[in-house]
Amino acid sequence: MKFFKKIRVVLSLLFFLPILVFFLDFTGKLPTEMHLFLHIQWIPALLSLNFIVIGVLLLLSLLFGRIYCSSICPLGVFQDIIAWKSRLFREKKKKLRFDYEKPQNILRYSILVVTVVLFVFGSSFLVILLDPYSTFGRIVSQLFRPLVIWTNNGLAVLLNKYGNYSLYKIEQLAFVPLAFIVAVIFFFKVSEMSVRKGRLYCNTVCPVGSFLGLLSKVSIFHISIEESSCTHCGLCEKQCKSQCINSKTMEIDDSRCVTCFNCLSACKQNGIKYDLRYKRKSSSVLETPSDIGRRTFLLTTGAVFTTMAFATTKSIGGKKDSILTRKPIMPPGAKNINHFNAHCTACQLCVTKCPMQVLKPATLEYGISGITQPHLTFSTHIFCSYDCNICSSVCPTGALKRLPVEDKKLTQIGVAKFRKNMCVVHTDETDCGACSEHCPTQAVHMIPYKNGLTIPEVTEDLCIGCGGCESICPVRPYQAIYVEGVATQLRAQKPAEAKKFDKKIDDFGF
Amino acid sequence: MKKGYKVVIKPNIGWDRKPEMAANTNPELVGALVRMCKSAGASEVIVFDHTCHDWKKSYANSGIEKAVTDAGGKMVPGNDEVYYKEVELPRGVNLKKTKIHQSLLECDVWFNVPVLKHHGGAKNSISMKNLMGIVWDRGFFHRSDLHQCIADTATFHKAPALNIVDAYRIMKSNGPQGKSEADAVTLKSLIVSPDFVAADTASMKLFSQVQPTDIKDVRYIALAEKLKVGTQNIEKLNVKRIKL
Repeated sequence: MKFFKKIRVVLSLLFFLPILVFFLDFTGKLPTEMHLFLHIQWIPALLSLNFIVIGVLLLLSLLFGRIYCSSICPLGVFQDIIAWKSRLFREKKKKLRFDYEKPQNILRYSILVVTVVLFVFGSSFLVILLDPYSTFGRIVSQLFRPLVIWTNNGLAVLLNKYGNYSLYKIEQLAFVPLAFIVAVIFFFKVSEMSVRKGRLYCNTVCPVGSFLGLLSKVSIFHISIEESSCTHCGLCEKQCKSQCINSKTMEIDDSRCVTCFNCLSACKQNGIKYDLRYKRKSSSVLETPSDIGRRTFLLTTGAVFTTMAFATTKSIGGKKDSILTRKPIMPPGAKNINHFNAHCTACQLCVTKCPMQVLKPATLEYGISGITQPHLTFSTHIFCSYDCNICSSVCPTGALKRLPVEDKKLTQIGVAKFRKNMCVVHTDETDCGACSEHCPTQAVHMIPYKNGLTIPEVTEDLCIGCGGCESICPVRPYQAIYVEGVATQLRAQKPAEAKKFDKKIDDFGF
Repeated sequence: MKKGYKVVIKPNIGWDRKPEMAANTNPELVGALVRMCKSAGASEVIVFDHTCHDWKKSYANSGIEKAVTDAGGKMVPGNDEVYYKEVELPRGVNLKKTKIHQSLLECDVWFNVPVLKHHGGAKNSISMKNLMGIVWDRGFFHRSDLHQCIADTATFHKAPALNIVDAYRIMKSNGPQGKSEADAVTLKSLIVSPDFVAADTASMKLFSQVQPTDIKDVRYIALAEKLKVGTQNIEKLNVKRIKL
């Protein structure tokens, strides 16, 4: 059974690398279908009610234990890679490094319960922060992706100097301090925990890990120590990154075992087996279920109160009209603000895939429950592209409903508001029309003003809120035309086509 | 154009629109020009635009990228300020200096190849309006009298060898990006002149047969004439009217 570990490593890389590369790709050349790798993640599957994936993942866990944590979860594999690479910086004698430790039951189950209860009460705060896949997405998009783009830009400048334009500079606009700080904190905390204590994060903080731990306690296959061959040498314990093997008592805490099979490879006596749980007497359960039940019950009560505290702080602020602050603008396909806030885990996939970089992680625009969820912010040349539906096609959690391009073109994510007293046509009495120029539906169009000048007018029913007008309006810092977000995305009217011109012109005209 | 010249062709590739909508210069025209330059011995033919929509999508969906590379030309990005260098415009009224794309500054000769369009802001987009795609900061134009700034840019000391106005398909309404193909009218025409003002004047007369427009409202034409960029009096010029 020594080859089990090799299979696990290969499988992990097969899941991990496509996700990593997909998040890093800034050229848009990778097929968008790669988002399918993300639909098999636990939280996205749960939120999008993807029953097939949920069923398969449940079955996997009940059969084989925490395969998800071991191979499918990118944050899990990421920790293994960090811990593995950290060996380069260790002294040789410290190579075998883990010891059995008691589970942090109170902590892990209370985090799980609080996360669930908060969600039920309408706040995704902890789901967003603690979903391991989304945490991984934030770390890659906020920390690794900029490095890749900087490298590209450096090379591009160099090549461009010699007349080679195969690489081009990519502007990085998605820097949002809060999202960056969240990513930095998780990166360092998760890395530090994995270097010192293996999978401590997965077995203490991660609610998915805690939940799957409940399943792996009863999984059909599990890891056990054969008493007859065990010499208590402790090699398995030293290799166990979950710190769940007690080589002295020969007990294994199945709830924390992520089935990495390191112990199988470590044991020189072939004394560790991965096989059926129910053919022999179970001696490896550390706690009785009722024990956990009692504790979690007490914790649930505490969690409810915490929830109440959080729920009341959630707000989308009242804004002043004079400055350009407003309701957040959700990506197309978000349906309405409640649906979006509840289903988006802020994994940043849409943010990294948005070719216009108009999507950015929110700070407090959605309230405290929605930090780092994506919203649109317009700036010069940065607006939502009319023919583009990438964000809604890659979203793995169902927060963004998949929109065919024709539907996207009619989905109203906001409405343009024109402030005539600020417009240059009014203030300077000169022609401009930049807003109308950029309006794909001509919801913003020019009407006669005076002295042969024309001034913008907005037909709100036609406006889809793409922000082309706001992005290009020369009046700064507060534009004369801007997009106000909507709480529910409605369908805009289809713009009428121009009258066709079919007379034949045969003259030069001059 | 002489043998060994570095040539730049500047079409309108402002929008992520297919050729049938006439929002961008006809790709076949651009491709043909690249081929002609190549066969006349150009060492390099560069094509670029400072686009309004995403530059990669505009280059691709306009059909111009393929037409140019097929003909042996080179597409160069214009999406970043690093590609632009500051130039003085001593004859300019509002625009005294601006950043212009380096490929134009470095080339031996260039051709301005706009498409004839209606335009919500400038009224019409022809050869002088096409110059907004060679500069970096267009916001200044819109803030500081669009028409005057367009006329000022036309005083740029390195004038194009020719303005080649694509009127194969023109955009009669909802310019500059258009809503649908119904905005396009097929005229199968081409207006060529080294004189910005003459090219735009003639183009307006052709355009007005489809969509009557007072040329006085296209103010940058008269403003450019005042700056001695060219003449609106095309009857005084040697005009060849060719029908094929």
